[in-house]
Amino acid sequence: MRMMPPEFMVKISDSCIKCKRCINECSFGALRFENDRVVADHDKCAACHRCTAFCPAHAITVEKFPAIFKDNYLWSQDVLKSLWKQSESGAKILTGAGNDKPYPVFWDKMLLDACQVTNPSIDPLREPMELRTYLGKKPDKLEFWQDKKGDIKLTTVMEPQIKLETPIIFAGMSYGAVSLNVQLILAGAARELGTIMNTGEGGLPQELSEYKDHIVVQCASGRFGINLSYLNSCAAIEIKIGQGAKPGIGGHLPGEKVTEEISRTRRIPSGTDAISPAPHHDIYSIEDLRQLIYALKEATRYKKPVGVKIAAVHNVAAIASGVVRAGADMITIDGFRGGTGAAPQVIRDHVGIPIELALARVDEQLRREGIRHMASIIASGGIRQSADVLKAIALGADAVAIGTAALVSMGCHLCQKCHTGLCAWGIATQKPELIKRLNVEEGIKRLVNMIKAWNLEIKEILGALGVNSIESLRGSRERLRGVDMDEVYLDVLGIKPAGR
Amino acid sequence: MFKRAETKDISGCAVVGIMNEKGKTIRGDVITSAIAVMHERSNGLGGGFAAYGIYPEFKDYYAFHIMFEDEGVKDSVETFLQDSMVVVKSEAIPIRKKMSLANTPILWRYFLEVPKSKIPAGFSEEDFIVSVVMRINTRFNGAFIFSSGKNMGIFKGLGYPEDVSRFFRLEEYEAYLWTAHGRFPTNTPGWWGGAHPFGLLDWAVVHNGEISSYGINKRYLEMFGYECTLMTDTEVIVYMLDLLLRKHNLPQDIALTALAPPFWKEIDEMDKNKKEAMTALRMVYGSALLNGPFSIIISSTSSMIGMTDRIMLRPLVVARKQDTVYMSSEESAIREVCQDPDEVWSPQGGEPVYARLEERA
Repeated sequence: MRMMPPEFMVKISDSCIKCKRCINECSFGALRFENDRVVADHDKCAACHRCTAFCPAHAITVEKFPAIFKDNYLWSQDVLKSLWKQSESGAKILTGAGNDKPYPVFWDKMLLDACQVTNPSIDPLREPMELRTYLGKKPDKLEFWQDKKGDIKLTTVMEPQIKLETPIIFAGMSYGAVSLNVQLILAGAARELGTIMNTGEGGLPQELSEYKDHIVVQCASGRFGINLSYLNSCAAIEIKIGQGAKPGIGGHLPGEKVTEEISRTRRIPSGTDAISPAPHHDIYSIEDLRQLIYALKEATRYKKPVGVKIAAVHNVAAIASGVVRAGADMITIDGFRGGTGAAPQVIRDHVGIPIELALARVDEQLRREGIRHMASIIASGGIRQSADVLKAIALGADAVAIGTAALVSMGCHLCQKCHTGLCAWGIATQKPELIKRLNVEEGIKRLVNMIKAWNLEIKEILGALGVNSIESLRGSRERLRGVDMDEVYLDVLGIKPAGR
Repeated sequence: MFKRAETKDISGCAVVGIMNEKGKTIRGDVITSAIAVMHERSNGLGGGFAAYGIYPEFKDYYAFHIMFEDEGVKDSVETFLQDSMVVVKSEAIPIRKKMSLANTPILWRYFLEVPKSKIPAGFSEEDFIVSVVMRINTRFNGAFIFSSGKNMGIFKGLGYPEDVSRFFRLEEYEAYLWTAHGRFPTNTPGWWGGAHPFGLLDWAVVHNGEISSYGINKRYLEMFGYECTLMTDTEVIVYMLDLLLRKHNLPQDIALTALAPPFWKEIDEMDKNKKEAMTALRMVYGSALLNGPFSIIISSTSSMIGMTDRIMLRPLVVARKQDTVYMSSEESAIREVCQDPDEVWSPQGGEPVYARLEERA
């Protein structure tokens, strides 16, 4: 029994030249040629805009289907549609990409400072402006030895560090969730930009081995593809405990997506389901985490920093403190707006907390305990633009990780159909005919451009703030002010209201 | 009078320092003439001086200069001091009675001895003194210790520096090292303690500038138990030096480099040892970098150090005449008291310039 009107409506105007390009491009099968014209199946349209972007005659428009329901604030159309879907299928609703609900975005409620008169701003075109960042455990102080000539030598032994030329890194996105071309673009761009990408939990495709100095390999609950050579083919290792889009649950890559290549990379039989359990079954407590951290350090002879990624949940500050004390060199906090290849909608939209609040609390907690130097903090989950990066750093992040923004630069239009494997832009798919739509060279160029543009914007703002090095903004909440926030949120963020 | 600043203190300034490296003393009116030349760099809302070698007869005792709001808080602080140390001498700081400066507090000085038995386990004598200073400054409302070193003292108040000098009768003091500060605050807390120099133990700092990285410098210090209550950059600089030099025991050069380190592109060109040292320094002490415009003169019993931020956004001129080293915001102040210096120069951004007391045989 059909209950729902379609979500979108595809209109094809008279200027259509009947080239059928759109039919070819639509991976969702929403367009067909019938009676000498292009006909749309509105129900199948995902609003990915592949057809509108490629129509040479600009004859296609995608609109919201104009179905007007009786106004009801409580029983919104989204709610009704979900209920109907569940009534049809008896299944939990799956979705892709990040939380799209209108929760407050605290980035947009924070404003940065600038210099006027009493201290000068600095022109980034004339003066050096430094973004270099090192991730890893730092000692709380240094020791030096001075010889008779007065030459100074460092005697403190430093832990391994990752050198970044920008405080922006690429978030974990697994081969399986995204195509090989996506990972090749991330790795290529990371190398060119002097930063790092993260393989996610799907193992390390052979094609990426030449980029190993710019790769973080993940060790997640499924332990896919992990062996000694995997652990040593990287700049760092990350233990993934949780993900902002789906805290507390695991992952499930259905057998039909486990192709020959993916089976090789994940080291599981092809065609079998790849299941990541909700917890690591050897980590039921913080002391178990410590064992895994040190097992990985042993396996890599203490030459690789080991990070831990957790989702931002209610008690994140105390958890982060435990993780750092367990020996993590880096801790990634993934906020509730983080993206995903597939997650139950109810989890994605209702579990976790905003990264802004989580980051502020974690940084403050680690400082209060005097252990902030023991681990770098990486913030992720909904970082959209250079302003978000700056605000995250001012709140206390050492670096931020971006996933969705990087995919958008490659062509993602946020249609949220990642879980279908039908991505028309060749991003969240394993279909060879779709993957090849994503040109690796061009993708690298676009992503490098985007990050370079962000770097320029970051330098511009640092100059306006009157500092010439990113570490002078890091944790400097004095340079942030809140607008449209009550006192409790200001207190959690550790910032003053605008005007004070 | 004791209403402290609630927002960040912002001010422009004049600084000057004079040191005789052989330890020969100089009268207070010399530095007063120098700082008075730069009258236009102050606005009458704060002036002050630090003087070294002024209490030779009490040189083994900590000299606390304290300002009090009233006799009541003075009594309770004195009780606390008597409980934690031995008060060798207690007297009013001499002032020119005919002069009146706005909001003058009770100004008193104490010479104090620390019996070993009073020092808690795991504390050095200096740690103990710092903890006493912090305690009085944060817990006794209406009392403020503005000087706490041996054989040295800080004199400061609300007024132009030359007026503050006359008020404290500084022409009667003889010191081998003087620094002075004239203040131009753009917000006006009108509080004597907010004037500079700012000191801790025998360190004193005069500073011209506004540190744009104040927020993180302060948070970094808080991790090590420092409470920054004055909302001034100078306070942060003094605590930072105390942390790096005394607590972390860094060599002086390295500690100063941490405040204004070389750029990465310079570090990348260094030889292996230096590169390793500088890279680690920036990694570990990134939050100690004082970013934004400043020129400072840091004084202690044994040295006077002048330095600017790494791109020299505030002025500093250095001159030498035989054994005497001069540092100043403007050359005019130096020329006022030393018409014919042997050399005059402006140091590079971030490059510390030292004057050091010669070891006496």
